[in-house]
Amino acid sequence: MKRLSNREDLLSLCERVKKELIYNDKQKIKVCCGTACRAMGSLKLVDSLKDQLEKAQKSGDVDIVTTGCQGLCQKGPVMNIRPQGYFYQRVGLAHAPKIVGHTVQAGIPVRELLYRDSVITGAIESMDQVPFYQKQHRLVLRNNERIDPANIYHYIAYDGYSALGKALFSMRPDEVVEEIKKSGLRGRGGAGFSTGLKWEAVARAANSVRIVVANGDEGDPGAFMDRSIMEGDPHSLIEGMLLCGYAVGAKYGFVYVRHEYPLAVKNLGVALQQARETGFLGKNILGTGFDFDISIREGAGAFVCGEETALLMSIEGRRGYPEQKPPFPAEKGLWSYPTCLNNIETFANVPYIISVGSESYSKLGTEGSKGTKVFALTGKIKNTGLIEVPMGITLREIIYEIGGGILNNRKFKAIQTGGPSGGCIPSELLDLKVDFDSLFSAGSMMGSGGMVVLDEDNCMVDIAKFFLTFTQQESCGKCPPCRIGTYQMLQILDRITKGRGEPEDIDRLEKMGRKIIEGSLCGLGKTAPNPVLSTIKYFREEYEEHIHSKYCRARACKGLGIYSIDMEQCFLCGLCKQACAFDAIKEYRSRFFIDMDYCTKCKACFDVCPINAVIIKPHGQEQKAMM
Amino acid sequence: MIDIQQEMGIVSDVLTDEQKRRAVLIHAFHRIQKENNYLPEEKLEELSKELKIPLSAVYSTASFYKQFYFTPRGRNIVCVCVGTACHVRGAGEVVRKLEESFGIKEGETTKDMSVTLETVGCVGCCGLAPVVVVNEEITGELTQSKVDRIIDDINTGAYEKTEQ
Repeated sequence: MKRLSNREDLLSLCERVKKELIYNDKQKIKVCCGTACRAMGSLKLVDSLKDQLEKAQKSGDVDIVTTGCQGLCQKGPVMNIRPQGYFYQRVGLAHAPKIVGHTVQAGIPVRELLYRDSVITGAIESMDQVPFYQKQHRLVLRNNERIDPANIYHYIAYDGYSALGKALFSMRPDEVVEEIKKSGLRGRGGAGFSTGLKWEAVARAANSVRIVVANGDEGDPGAFMDRSIMEGDPHSLIEGMLLCGYAVGAKYGFVYVRHEYPLAVKNLGVALQQARETGFLGKNILGTGFDFDISIREGAGAFVCGEETALLMSIEGRRGYPEQKPPFPAEKGLWSYPTCLNNIETFANVPYIISVGSESYSKLGTEGSKGTKVFALTGKIKNTGLIEVPMGITLREIIYEIGGGILNNRKFKAIQTGGPSGGCIPSELLDLKVDFDSLFSAGSMMGSGGMVVLDEDNCMVDIAKFFLTFTQQESCGKCPPCRIGTYQMLQILDRITKGRGEPEDIDRLEKMGRKIIEGSLCGLGKTAPNPVLSTIKYFREEYEEHIHSKYCRARACKGLGIYSIDMEQCFLCGLCKQACAFDAIKEYRSRFFIDMDYCTKCKACFDVCPINAVIIKPHGQEQKAMM
Repeated sequence: MIDIQQEMGIVSDVLTDEQKRRAVLIHAFHRIQKENNYLPEEKLEELSKELKIPLSAVYSTASFYKQFYFTPRGRNIVCVCVGTACHVRGAGEVVRKLEESFGIKEGETTKDMSVTLETVGCVGCCGLAPVVVVNEEITGELTQSKVDRIIDDINTGAYEKTEQ
């Protein structure tokens, strides 16, 4: 590979690969090879497709492209076929001959693989028509469904590195900073600080040695946006970092990646190597005299390292303890050099902004939050996966139009945003427009973009306990309010979910939550009580039910309520009797009933009953159940 | 054992010797763990001498991170994702089932060193929740029967073969 040494080289390469890779007569089968689809066997599928093509002697007419995450993980493995635009889901190995026979040889879709809302609705042929994709606005993820992340030419063919060319050859560094400032881009890591202002601070720093760091320590449970970008479109991250390096005058770049993401580390490594060989990294980039290089740093499983100061400590090879701010990393960061630290998704936005200009970018989104946001939509929802929507979209649109509604047509209860730092938003606020400020005012936060949908079977106290368990384990222990406070709160929650809650517990939780927020140094402690406080705010009655009636309406908590068997429904299958480890289920005159003296409320009978004849009632209502 | 200059790349130009030696520490842990499956004491002593970092500081750093282990681990690493999405879709049941069938608690290793059971915050496969990772091979949308099959496969050694 020849290193590109000027603008003409870049333009002619772009022209050439466009012709070779996009504007040719070949059919392109783009198979999703993101982590989720790989888990469903997409790599084997690719092999099988190649075999079938070989057999049909069509190998020369078709390009098989292994792309990054295409989003609709629930229906994986997925693939889209160009130029026809067919979108196939749940593709199994057995379908490979059909795909070759129907789609490659005859050009018609394989109908059974097309997306359908339900068995009775018609099949949808094209990817853009699938409701999951219809409402989305894919800027950051634009390349995910079309390029092979392991081939830099694919990225270049879709105008990759043209933003870098534009910046290097026609813009001064301060103009790049100005452009980012005008675009209104805010940090996608959670806090939403203006990216332009941060860059400006680094560019103005006194020390001339400056460092760019990308934060890919995506530790939030339920979030996988950054992973998908690093896996599916690593070059957009590299280009974003290059633009940042040019704008702030930095020579050194680091990407900090979670160790739990082996595929991201691998793809990123390949991409860096290719970028170096092509001349986008290293010395004298594109002949402009601009030097920049990026290296990967792997994390080792510490959630707190997602916090910027802790992350820098970890790169330096120390315990990942957060440090006091100020001085901010922009003044004194990695090895005390001014450091520009942004989230992966923030960097991936940058090439697009420079290409189209800040004016056209800032038309998207709301007053305070511009552009799009990538969310990982998961939980009790029909279409789980990765979505990218313009800021200002309502939660209702996300859940019911993109997500396709709640799984098994249950009732929506709440949506949890922002991971362990965020909160739960109840159904009354479904029409909330999603942006940084609105989520914050609702007691939650954008976070890095996890969205977990909860239905009526999820107990809010249990969810709060789940998140607090996580933050309590991940608290680094530097600040006592966070270390001890989260433990104390967790004990109270544990007591409540086990039916030993005390009337004063809710007040205690609220008071302690406020103290933890006040007394903690870093973002982890400052947001750790959010899940508890927001669930108390919106679902106080559930806490009260647990404490006063010893009852969990979602029937998720064990040890609560009064168990009985609905005689009218019970058809005497006896499964509950087998399941009970405590002999609490008695058979008497060919009827089953539960002996409360023996019952430990372990829920084994409830779980095993095929017709839901085991009923759990709050205390005080047992008489009614008997009748 | 470690080429500090190469590991650090061009940024070594602006770093002191001590900073460079420090910065390769975590990378070295990863490498040792990859070779030995855990961090053996003698290797850490060696590392401490080579990098001229006190052994206490080496341990201090290593013990902060959850991914580093000071005791040998099993031949099969079974890692259940207990992230939010998996939690709400029943990861707890999966952990309980695996604990029962291997007779160990989460974080423990069976006596014959065949299985280590772990949990992880999130592997980022939330779309397929609940998820279990066996030796880096991800299986999603777990059901009772799928978990049974995984347990069988582990017991018959099917996963160990694919690893080699």
